[in-house]
Amino acid sequence: MIPYILCLALLAVGIYAMIAKKNVIKIILGLMIAEYAVNLLLVTVGYRNGGHVPILMAGETSEQFVRGSVDPLAQAVVLVSMITSLSVLLVSVALAVRIYQKYGTFDITEIRKLKG
Amino acid sequence: MSVAFDLTNLLPLFVAGPMGVAFIVSLVARLRRDRVLDVIAVVSALGLFTLAVMLVISGGAASLLWVGGWGNLSARGLLGIALHCDGLTRLVLAVVNLVAFFVAIFATDYIKRYTSPGLFYSLFFLMIAGMNGVVLAGDLFNLYVFLELASLCSYSLVAFGTRARQFEAAFKYLVLGSLSTLLVLTGIVLLYSFTGTLNLAQMTRELSAASAAHGGKLPAAAFLALGFFLAGFGLKSAMVPFHAWLPDAHPAAPAPVSAMLSGVLIKAVGAYAIIRIVFNVFGASPAVATILMVLGSLSMVVGVLCAFGQKDLKRLLAYSSISQMGYVILAFGIGCDVLARKGPQAVAELAVFGGLFHLVNHATFKSLLFLTAGSIEHATGTRNLDELGGLSGRMPVTSWCCRIASLSISGVPPFSGFWSKLIIIIAAIQAGHWGLGVLAVAVSLLTLALFVKVQRAALGGATTEKTADAHESSPAMAMPMAALAAVVVAVGLLGFLCPPFRHAVFDPARDVVVRGVSVLSDVEIGSPK
Repeated sequence: MIPYILCLALLAVGIYAMIAKKNVIKIILGLMIAEYAVNLLLVTVGYRNGGHVPILMAGETSEQFVRGSVDPLAQAVVLVSMITSLSVLLVSVALAVRIYQKYGTFDITEIRKLKG
Repeated sequence: MSVAFDLTNLLPLFVAGPMGVAFIVSLVARLRRDRVLDVIAVVSALGLFTLAVMLVISGGAASLLWVGGWGNLSARGLLGIALHCDGLTRLVLAVVNLVAFFVAIFATDYIKRYTSPGLFYSLFFLMIAGMNGVVLAGDLFNLYVFLELASLCSYSLVAFGTRARQFEAAFKYLVLGSLSTLLVLTGIVLLYSFTGTLNLAQMTRELSAASAAHGGKLPAAAFLALGFFLAGFGLKSAMVPFHAWLPDAHPAAPAPVSAMLSGVLIKAVGAYAIIRIVFNVFGASPAVATILMVLGSLSMVVGVLCAFGQKDLKRLLAYSSISQMGYVILAFGIGCDVLARKGPQAVAELAVFGGLFHLVNHATFKSLLFLTAGSIEHATGTRNLDELGGLSGRMPVTSWCCRIASLSISGVPPFSGFWSKLIIIIAAIQAGHWGLGVLAVAVSLLTLALFVKVQRAALGGATTEKTADAHESSPAMAMPMAALAAVVVAVGLLGFLCPPFRHAVFDPARDVVVRGVSVLSDVEIGSPK
C-alpha cells in the first residue's frame, strides 16, 4: 500500500508546483514531476513480487511467462505515456522560450496582458 | 462468402485519414503552392464529412472493430486496437466533421494573413484525428492518447498567431490542459489496477460484477477513479470551477481554430467523454447526477454573467460557450438523476435528447458566431465592441449569419437554440427540478439580452472610423458562413418538427446514453473475422 500512497504524494507535489509556483520553468518542472508520478504509479500497479522483466525468455513457454513476469501491458502503457509527456514538455519549453522573448521575464505575475 | 459492404470497416479512416493528410500537407507545403494545400485540405475534410454522414445514415447496432484483425487472438487476453462504434459515436463524429469541413473552407482564405498555411493545416488535421480518435476509442488508453494528441495540437494552434498574448494564453491552456490529461491518466491507472483491463467493454463487465458483489453500489476504488475522470474531463470541457483557461485560449487562436475549439473540441474531448464514462462505463448514480447538475447550473449562470462585462467580441463568445455547455451538462445531469432514481424512462429520454440536441446546436451556431467574428476582424482589424458599429450595411452576409446565430443561441423561436432549450426546460420540470427549469429560463433571457447588446454594438448604429471602409469578406469566407447558417436553421427545424430526421439522427445516440452500461456490456468483444 505504501508505494501507491507515495506515488500519489509525488503527484500532489507536482500539482502543487503547477498551481502555486510563479516561475514558468518551475511550473513546467511541476508538470513533469506529476507526469513521472503517474508513470511510477502505473509501473507499481503492474508489479508483482519476484516477477521478472516482461520479455519472453529463451525456452520459456507462454504459460510460464504469464506466471513469472510482471504485467507487460502496464509497461507498454508507460512507454507511450512517456512519449506523450515528452511532446508536452517540448511544446511547453518552446512556449516558455517565446514568452521570455516577448515579455523578458519568466515571472507569471508580470505576464498578464489577458484579463477579465 | 461475399459479405455486404460494411461501413464500419472504414472506421480507422477517421483517424488514419486526417493523420495522413497532416503528413502530406506538410510535405506539399515545401512546394510553396498554397492553392494545392487549400484543395487538399478542403477535399479531405469533405471526404471525412461524407463518410460520417454515410455512417449516420447506415445506422446499426453497437459494434467493436479490431483494427487489423488483432482482437482476441487467444483466450488469454485482448491485444490490438479496438474502435467502438454506436449511435452516440456516429452523431458526435458527424458533428465534428461537419464543423471541420466548413471551417476548412473558411480557413483557406483567412489563414493567408499568417505565414505558414502548411503548418496550420498539419496541426488542424492532427487535431481532427485526435478528436475522431477520442470519439471512436474502444479502450481507455487509446482515449487518453488521442485526447493528448488533440490537446497538443490545440495548444500549438492557440499560439499560432505568435503574438505575446497568444503565447501567454497558450501557456495557460497548456498547463491546465496537461493537468486535466494527468488527472484522466490517474483515473485510468486506478481503474486498470481495479479491473485488470483497459478495454471499455470488458471494464464495464468487471465493474458491473463488482458493484453487484457490493450490493448494487460501486466500490470505493471505482468512485475514486470516477472522481479523477470528472475533474479531468470537467477541466477539458471548462465547467465553471475549472473554466479559467477557456476565455483566454479561445479568443487568442485564429478564428477558424476558435470555431473548432469552442464548437467541437470541448464537446468531443470533454462532454462526450463525460457522457461515455458516466453513463456507459460506470452507470448512472445519484452522487454523479448531483455533481453534473451543480457543475452545469454553475457554468450556465457564471458564464453568462461574466460575458456581460466583455468588450472583446471573441472573449464574450468564449464566456457564452461556458454558459451553453452548462446547459448540455445540466441536461445530462437531469437524465442521470432520473435514471439513478429509476424514474420514468420517458423523462430521462427527453432530458438526454435535449442535451444531445443542444450539443449539436451549440456546435453549429457557436462555430458560426466565431467565424463571423473572424470575418469582422478580418475586415475591420478590430474586435473591440466599442470600436465596431454599422456593419449591417457594409457586410450583409456576415451580418445576417451573425443575426441567425445570435437568435439561435439566445433561444428565439423558431431557431435551433429555442427548441433544445425548451426540451431541456420541460425535462427539468418533468423530473421535478423546478428550480433548475426556472434557472435555465432566466439564463436564456440573459443570453438574449447579451446578444441584443452584441447586435447593437457591432451591426447597428453608425459606422465608426474602423468600420467606415469595411467591406464583405471574400466568397471563400462568406460561403461557408452562409452554409453553416443554413445548417443551423435546418437542424433546428428538422430536429424538432420532423420525426424521421430525429429518429435517424438523434434517437440512436439517445438510446445509447439511456441504456447505460448494457450498451458496453452487450457489445461483442471477440472478433468474428
